[in-house]
Amino acid sequence: MTEGKSEITPIELFFEIERGDFVRAGEASSKIKKKLLRLGFTGSTIRCAAIATYEAEMNIVIHSLGGSLKVKIYPEKVVLVAKDEGPGIPDVALAMKEGFSTAPEQVREMGFGAGMGLPNMRNCADEFEIESREDVGTTVTMVLYKGG
Amino acid sequence: MTLLEVKELLRADSYTECDLSNCEVKAACGADLLSDVLAFTKEQVLLLTGLVHPQVIRTAEMLDLAGIVFVRGKVPSPEMIELAEKKEIPILSTSYPMFKSCGLLYASGVDGDICD
Repeated sequence: MTEGKSEITPIELFFEIERGDFVRAGEASSKIKKKLLRLGFTGSTIRCAAIATYEAEMNIVIHSLGGSLKVKIYPEKVVLVAKDEGPGIPDVALAMKEGFSTAPEQVREMGFGAGMGLPNMRNCADEFEIESREDVGTTVTMVLYKGG
Repeated sequence: MTLLEVKELLRADSYTECDLSNCEVKAACGADLLSDVLAFTKEQVLLLTGLVHPQVIRTAEMLDLAGIVFVRGKVPSPEMIELAEKKEIPILSTSYPMFKSCGLLYASGVDGDICD
């Protein structure tokens, strides 16, 4: 993981994400997407960042007690850190498998919770790292390179 | 095919102020699973869905979709319309069911190849 190695001071964005807020979920990702567009990032990087942050936002809203999205924007890359407090993930390897989900029925009725979120985040990122502790929370760090 | 032609073909109502004649649709997907849409759909695809809640608009925004058609007579709420206007996502609603809507579009030349 290459977060913080660049000597250039990044542009930083920070968003608090509330548990169960299905109305505002996605607003942080929308703002991140617009910021990247204004800073001259290309279509595929912006789209991947938007999908990755949106999936992260939804995971925080659905599964945690609340959390945050922190974004560091460098000229050549974007570092996204989604951190939450909550039950954590007992088996990360299992959670990374497509189709595995612990989402409640209400979320499935909305069309989410098919066990695609974490794998999709990994697919969107050039670098992906997940750390989770039971009854503490989960942190996902993703790096996307410009034009990557 | 433009979104205006989609509207006429599906006898749909439009709920946003977008100029539908300027919105080109090359491919479409029918889905009630947003997880799959997020994982497998490329940009400028038209989404047909029976789901009606604000996160459908958010999903379309993140993916740069061409627009949304709500099927089976589902009508977007005022807050969804407001969000769609703000995000400039065209939204339509048709009384036709999903299969008929997709079939009509496919028979009219809209592609089903939605993956990158």
